[in-house]
Amino acid sequence: MNPQATLAGTRLNDIVGSQNVICDAQKLSAYAVDGVIPKAAARPGTAQEISELVKFAAAENLAIIPTGARSKLGIGMPPERYDLAIDMTRLDRVSSYDPGDLTLSVEPGIPLERLAAILAEHNQFLPLDVPFFERATVGGTLASGVDSPLRHAYGTARDFVLGMEFVTGDGALAKSGGRVVKNVTGYDLHKLMLGAIGSLGVITRVNFKTFPLPSSTATFVGAFASSDAAAKFNLAVHKSPLRCQAVEILSPAAVASMSTNRVSTVFGRDSSNPFFAALSVAGNAAVIARSERDLHSLAQSAAGSHCEFTRIEDLQEKQLWTAIREFSTTLQARPEAAIIKVSCLPSDFSAFFDESIIAAKKHSTEIAHVFHGCGVCYCLVFSPQNSPSDLAACCKELLDRSASAARNASIPWCGPELKRDLSIWGVPREDFPLMQRVKQAFDPHNIFAPGRFVGGL
Amino acid sequence: MNQRLIRELEHLLTRENVLSRPEDLLLYEYDGSVEVARPQCIVFPRDTSDVVKIVQLANRYQIPIVGRGAGTGLSGGALARNGGIIVSFARMNRILEIDIVNQRAVVQPGVVNSDLSLAVAHAGLHFAPDPSSQKACTIGGNVLENSGGPHTLAYGVTANHVLGLQLVMPDGQLVRIGGKSLDPIGYDLCGLFVGSEGTLALVTEVTVRLTRLPEAVKTLLAIYDRVDSATETVVEITARGITPAACEMLDGWTLRAVEAWVHAGFPLDSAAVLLIEVDGMREAAEEHALQITEVCKQCGAREVRVARDAKERDLLWKGRKNAFGAVGRLSPTYYVQDGVIPRTKLPQTLREIDRIGKENGFEIGNIFHAGDGNLHPIILFDARDAEQFRRAVSTADAIIRFCVEMGGAITGEHGVGMEKDRLMPLLFTEADMALMKRVRDAFNPAGLLNPGKIFPIGKGCGEVRIRPMPLAGEAADAPRAESSPS
Repeated sequence: MNPQATLAGTRLNDIVGSQNVICDAQKLSAYAVDGVIPKAAARPGTAQEISELVKFAAAENLAIIPTGARSKLGIGMPPERYDLAIDMTRLDRVSSYDPGDLTLSVEPGIPLERLAAILAEHNQFLPLDVPFFERATVGGTLASGVDSPLRHAYGTARDFVLGMEFVTGDGALAKSGGRVVKNVTGYDLHKLMLGAIGSLGVITRVNFKTFPLPSSTATFVGAFASSDAAAKFNLAVHKSPLRCQAVEILSPAAVASMSTNRVSTVFGRDSSNPFFAALSVAGNAAVIARSERDLHSLAQSAAGSHCEFTRIEDLQEKQLWTAIREFSTTLQARPEAAIIKVSCLPSDFSAFFDESIIAAKKHSTEIAHVFHGCGVCYCLVFSPQNSPSDLAACCKELLDRSASAARNASIPWCGPELKRDLSIWGVPREDFPLMQRVKQAFDPHNIFAPGRFVGGL
Repeated sequence: MNQRLIRELEHLLTRENVLSRPEDLLLYEYDGSVEVARPQCIVFPRDTSDVVKIVQLANRYQIPIVGRGAGTGLSGGALARNGGIIVSFARMNRILEIDIVNQRAVVQPGVVNSDLSLAVAHAGLHFAPDPSSQKACTIGGNVLENSGGPHTLAYGVTANHVLGLQLVMPDGQLVRIGGKSLDPIGYDLCGLFVGSEGTLALVTEVTVRLTRLPEAVKTLLAIYDRVDSATETVVEITARGITPAACEMLDGWTLRAVEAWVHAGFPLDSAAVLLIEVDGMREAAEEHALQITEVCKQCGAREVRVARDAKERDLLWKGRKNAFGAVGRLSPTYYVQDGVIPRTKLPQTLREIDRIGKENGFEIGNIFHAGDGNLHPIILFDARDAEQFRRAVSTADAIIRFCVEMGGAITGEHGVGMEKDRLMPLLFTEADMALMKRVRDAFNPAGLLNPGKIFPIGKGCGEVRIRPMPLAGEAADAPRAESSPS
């Protein structure tokens, strides 16, 4: 059967109602993934409707990509096939919220910002301070696997998602985990859904552990002479009794990229100390005062030079964390650029930094680093000459070097051109056959985001 | 055929690494649960290549294979339900790497949980998951059961601390997943394998995160005349957004049993105590201790004591962690349940447990991780009395059903194993379990690895494909209840 004819037909209308089916070519372009436009989009209102949509797609061999606010659809390889977008934004309800238990159950289409407001009424929050926070939905955030500076203290979604419901490739509605904060009943299948960019199923409900908002927080910014000094300081913070919410190191180029917009006043202009560290601490006044004192002495002993930490507040503080959070999304303004994410051990950061600078120079590209102190570095690579081949060569070298150095590297953000030349997931490793088995168990007909994930999964 | 297999294993591993005499097998019928199942033999691999060879051999003989750490599990996870080979990791107990700077360690699965913490204490680090059995249980077992412990309230369960695994798959293939660096590319396989109860692969190496020891620790003992006041305190602490490092409750019956043996200083006339610990930076621990003391008093605590020094603190914790040993002095057998409920439902659930116990003629003790709603009702019974055993199990089931009705789960940290498999349908639909089985079959297609666990054994179920092999010169014994060795 011609998929176009099928989709234009009445089946989608039967399932979600004609007002929730989009077949208009112009409107569909909003659902494009790396330039591939689906043949239709459906906006289901219930998990049952999603199950019906998936059954229909499985029977007709239609490829599906679930979408939320569509802010991060560029993460992944271009789809091999893409027939139907399942737009999840109508599933945007809070299913249950027990503030006294600090547990929450939501539909995936709920925007993070709206959810944050609901939680804030009870002095609670989710540590998902992620790119596109002001647009992103819960489902897209979890599926795309983006992280947040707050992971330093709270971990990533795998540490606070308690359970999930989802529709698998045969249209079955399944679940794993539960709604309580501690639970080992059955396999933790929901962990597989995190960062899987929709290649295993459609998330229909997410259960979270929520966290109390800290009574107060403070941000401190200090400057260092070199990447090595900043890295040593980071290790000293790890070793100290301080309990930071976030520890970020910014390279001079990253600072420069931020200074062009809102946060220029945050950073000093001392060219002999071009690396910055930004830290967030939470707690009572005594904790914050102590943290400030300790930061000075930690910096001094780690970096071997006097280092002033400045406390920044209010708008400045907010702007700094927004700039760090949105570092990856600044790419939108630079089409000839890419963000490479490299996980390396904290002790390896300085070596990685030096290697990446050399690689960037070699390929006539420039590179800017934002490093989560726990060991995840986001590197913005761009070609001042707008040369796609230079950009690709530099990215390839960084991916290859990471593979041999036991780092984990991928390119979460880049234009579709770059994806013609290399896999943004790097070369599959020895665990790839296990991932194939997972994919087969969840999506036997290969209808979810085919070809987008690691190794063409 | 069985003798031939054992001779081959002896050839492979040398004779001192294979046990097959009936009196040896008896020792491996048990774990910490009330379940019993006898293996055909126990083997002790010395390294990963031994494990690969054992798995290949078991495949050739089509005989089940079950991994085992210290056998402290509480759901029959390490028992050979359908007979077969038990692979004990007791001799693969080396710490392979300690990376102080990056706060990582790589260990063999047989390393005892507290030994790792001891090995890194000099650097101010520890391995955070701290099951009560931590002086005996192994990290391999912790990984496969996704073990918890009192301090998981603040620090998370084992899954939050495992970054990489080396696996021997049921077909003998050796695979590494994850590693020391964060965020491995692709599906979160570690997230799947941790807590898979030994049904997907054998683990031969574990990469873990180490956690900094807190600068300050304050341990409080809140003493109550009413159980309700204690449970209400937990509700209130949670609701106020104070996260202690640990928040444990012992009811009057349990604390008296413990006190008689450990002399931890629990007042014998109280109805319940809460053992609450706060830690972190000095300034934060001080503040939290004051806040918690205030909540305890507001909720009706008779007295709140603060441990004056490490010695007093250790004694209080000794009382908590040795509680099950103390209970073992009172009864030939006891049955510990592991249900979880939302913290807001704690008061009514404790009342219901009491009611269910009285209705069935059991006095039920409660000692549990109150802060995360993870209950451990203890039912004392005499397993030699078949009728009492049956009643104990049905009483426990009634408690679990109530937990599920409250929006909870059937196991918080002990695992489903062969103990709660029949309760899985309380939480999971056919579709949920069908997917979980597809995942299991994707890795363990012949069902030879740890058969008969997690999934209810019904008609037409995969698990019944495997027939238990009889012992050499002996008919296969049906699993039966006997008194526990504890």
